[in-house]
Amino acid sequence: MTETTTPPAHGEGDGTAHGAKPGPAPAAKSGPAAPAEPPGALKLVPRAEAPQTMKDFKTDQEVRWCPGCGDYAVLAAVQGFMPELGVARENIVFVSGIGCSSRFPYYMNTYGMHSIHGRAPAIATGLAASRPDLSVWVVTGDGDALSIGGNHLIHALRRNVNLKILLFNNRIYGLTKGQYSPTSELGKITKSTPMGSLDAPFNPVSLAIGAEASFVARTVDSDRKHLTEVLRQAAHHPGTVLVEIYQNCNIFNDGAFELLKDKQQAQEAVIRLEHGRPVRFGTDDTKGVVRDPATGELEVVTVTPGNEDRVLVHDARATSPATAFALSRLADPDTLHHTPIGVYRSVDRPVYDTLMSEQLDTAAEQQGRGDLGALLAGTDTWTVAG
Amino acid sequence: MTSQVSSPAEQADDADDVVVGEQRGAPSQHGAEKEIRRLERVIIRFAGDSGDGMQLTGDRFTSETASFGNDLSTLPNFPAEIRAPAGTLPGVSSFQLHFADHDILTPGDAPNVLVAMNPAALKANIGDVPRGGEIIVNTDEFAKRAMAKVGYATSPLEDGTLEGYHVHPVPLTTLTIEALKGFGLSRKEAERSKNMFALGLLSWMYHRPTEGTEAFLRTKFAKRPAIAEANVAAFRAGWNFGETTEDFAVSYEIAPATNAFPPGTYRNISGNLALAYGLIAAAHQAELPLFLGSYPITPASDILHELSRHKNFGVRTFQAEDEIAGIGAALGAAFGGSLAVTTTSGPGVALKSETIGLAVSLELPLLVVDIQRGGPSTGLPTKTEQADLLQAMYGRNGEAPVPVIAPRTPADCFDAALDAARIALTYRTPVFLLSDGYLANGSEPWRIPDPGGLPDLGVAFATAPNHRLADGTEVFWPYLRDPATLARPWAVPGTPGLEHRIGGIEKQDGTGNISYDPGNHELMVRTRQAKIDGIEVPDVTVDDPDGARTLVLGWGSTYGPITAAVRRLRAAGEPVAQAHLRHLNPFPANLGEVLGRYAKVVVPEMNLGQLATLVRARYLVDAHSYNQVNGMPFKAEQLAAALKEAIHD
Repeated sequence: MTETTTPPAHGEGDGTAHGAKPGPAPAAKSGPAAPAEPPGALKLVPRAEAPQTMKDFKTDQEVRWCPGCGDYAVLAAVQGFMPELGVARENIVFVSGIGCSSRFPYYMNTYGMHSIHGRAPAIATGLAASRPDLSVWVVTGDGDALSIGGNHLIHALRRNVNLKILLFNNRIYGLTKGQYSPTSELGKITKSTPMGSLDAPFNPVSLAIGAEASFVARTVDSDRKHLTEVLRQAAHHPGTVLVEIYQNCNIFNDGAFELLKDKQQAQEAVIRLEHGRPVRFGTDDTKGVVRDPATGELEVVTVTPGNEDRVLVHDARATSPATAFALSRLADPDTLHHTPIGVYRSVDRPVYDTLMSEQLDTAAEQQGRGDLGALLAGTDTWTVAG
Repeated sequence: MTSQVSSPAEQADDADDVVVGEQRGAPSQHGAEKEIRRLERVIIRFAGDSGDGMQLTGDRFTSETASFGNDLSTLPNFPAEIRAPAGTLPGVSSFQLHFADHDILTPGDAPNVLVAMNPAALKANIGDVPRGGEIIVNTDEFAKRAMAKVGYATSPLEDGTLEGYHVHPVPLTTLTIEALKGFGLSRKEAERSKNMFALGLLSWMYHRPTEGTEAFLRTKFAKRPAIAEANVAAFRAGWNFGETTEDFAVSYEIAPATNAFPPGTYRNISGNLALAYGLIAAAHQAELPLFLGSYPITPASDILHELSRHKNFGVRTFQAEDEIAGIGAALGAAFGGSLAVTTTSGPGVALKSETIGLAVSLELPLLVVDIQRGGPSTGLPTKTEQADLLQAMYGRNGEAPVPVIAPRTPADCFDAALDAARIALTYRTPVFLLSDGYLANGSEPWRIPDPGGLPDLGVAFATAPNHRLADGTEVFWPYLRDPATLARPWAVPGTPGLEHRIGGIEKQDGTGNISYDPGNHELMVRTRQAKIDGIEVPDVTVDDPDGARTLVLGWGSTYGPITAAVRRLRAAGEPVAQAHLRHLNPFPANLGEVLGRYAKVVVPEMNLGQLATLVRARYLVDAHSYNQVNGMPFKAEQLAAALKEAIHD
């Protein structure tokens, strides 16, 4: 083994040098072109040595989604946004499961793994927990994340591993050609439910908040500006991020989010959440969200001088998830009328992989670096003379 | 059970116990002469309720015996329930220890001595003790109700049930409480030390060193010194009881097994501990960080426990939400450049199958450790079986070949782990390591290896492009193979210029891009198979001193019982050849030739003939199966009888 192929250092207890970093340690990689060290999730990720462009993140693979698919817009937004992170491209990894959206890694010129159905959060957990010098992204869909992979999703969220999960929700199974999904509305008529689906849908934002997620957001494929702003906040959040992206499947569930996209209707249907701002929407901001003092529930009202001071001010950093959860319940599950988009919740919580690295450090401090000979010998031995 | 020693056949291991001459007297502290006899070997079984501390008692006696220098082999046997209903037959927990002044191979068929802490323990175990054996019973527990609970209408201590046995009725509970009078403990608390009283008594009977146990108790109860001292007092009281009571007229010496061991420093080690150490050593030798993704499952959990204690070696252990996440996380860590491991038992393997298939497709190194137990389904969680071989071989969709390795003794789990890591790292493949409940919990002396003498498992990650396109561009092709091993390059994230995508969809040879091309798929399926078929494994060796006609072929944990049975047969003048497989996939290159040399091949397995099926299919050999699936290892005597029958069949 030559010096340049040194694998990850063995027996090192510090959280930073654990990366299987061929070459210098993460910090040393910062070139003069790199901006100041970013906070949070990317703290340990090496900076790019030179400015990057969207082109750097495109691969030579032909994109094979159906023409008109919402996935194209998300791909373009992600590729367009990545350069501004200023992170070394080789330290970015996209991991996906199975489904249309899960082809995403093939089109990102980073490291990537297209894994198996529902398991991407588990695989990414192992990668992120063993390599704090990576920015790890999970791309998943409503079937992948919430049906077959539901268990891994909730546990990733509760652990708060340093993962950025992009959940493309089109409320339908696309790759298997049009069965209802765990986010399809009740009574959905599909190939597998000719008389209408019988199961109530999940609300991914509610689910994530219930699973102790430290960062939960929702955005829409066609709103590039909003999508990019959410990604920006997500990328820097230390811990697990869940971004639900409403994404149109123009083949099997076309127009599922039309209410939120149509300029005219969206005014009344979409509630844009901004941290520290009153939750107001509608034409000329005539509508607002207030809390019913008797029940604590949130409701939409027409704002008047008499109730204006009761309009909820959005606090994504609130310790209690109660209001964020209440916001996630505002929308009508069938029509999506009154859908809040933006960052619902963004709180600081201990990050799993950081804690894991710290335990390794502590163990090394308390017991000394591992000594294989001493370990194997133990304390109860006897000797047979020659 | 020193696997590194090939002992001559003249030693009929596990044959009927022989008491050899040299009886002598020794003054007891009361001046009366007590007889001391020398034995070559003894099998003791401690049996009691699940809550009686029999495993601890057995472990301590084992440690005393190991430090004394006997060869030994152990068989813990306990129910799956943590606290099965008290006093019932299913609640009985036992620990059998075979120790000797020579090289032995098994925990022994039949105990010479049974310590029965209650009627259930007596009833559950008496059938295994041959007449003439010694039985030490705790008479305090033989109340009418306790006896009725297990179906004794009258007391077996009085109704002739134990006729022909050498019974020592001892009121263990009363004596323990009496001994601990000054300690200010409640009756219940004092009673708990009765296992230490029993241990003290047995330690006296067999001249075991006691310092280790006293030190152990003081460490174990360091935070409760009163309890520590009470246990030490109970232990000493048991010793003194043996020394002074006339009922115990004889004590026994079993000399250290000096000739059974090559020179070196030894310790006693269980299979799971050896396996955990093997993994740490493998990571050390590969200079890679070790990552374990695992979900608790009997009998594999001890490996998770052990590895989680060694974070100062840079070991990361991840207790996942389920079996699938356990292996998923491990595979993710493998992609990131760790030596990645998942540990489980049969039901967990079933859940991990899809991810193992993905690892086959991704061609990343990954160790899948299966501590086999009785199946199907939940089966017998705490009992042993070898019935996952075909699952390991074939339990995946598509053509998904995976190398399979099986250790043969508890200590061998260390070497097998290193070997599994070698194959995984060299060939970039998932590897199955098939241990089982018997190896996992059983223990034997282990010659502690010098870390300097361990194999170099160094791996070179890819650092540069490996292919030049027609236009001169240098590119990295993740599926461009090493022509010798057919392994693909391992390029870990963080390596500039080698960004690439891998996945479970069929890949184009070389580039690794998605490919549905029929010819390419055929090539890739055959190439993956050729890679596994081409793995270098040592030839199987045959032990055949007499030019036998019959070969006994085994694999995994049956090594001890098969070898013991073979020694018996040879001692009785029956020529028989023996070969034992560590590598089940690929088989050793010479296996076909070896099988062809013998008129008859017998394959004893703790399943219904899985290796036999493989051997018959592969080599067209009419292999005869001898099978046992009762959750316990083979007994040497039964096996010898079965082999003899097969030889003359």
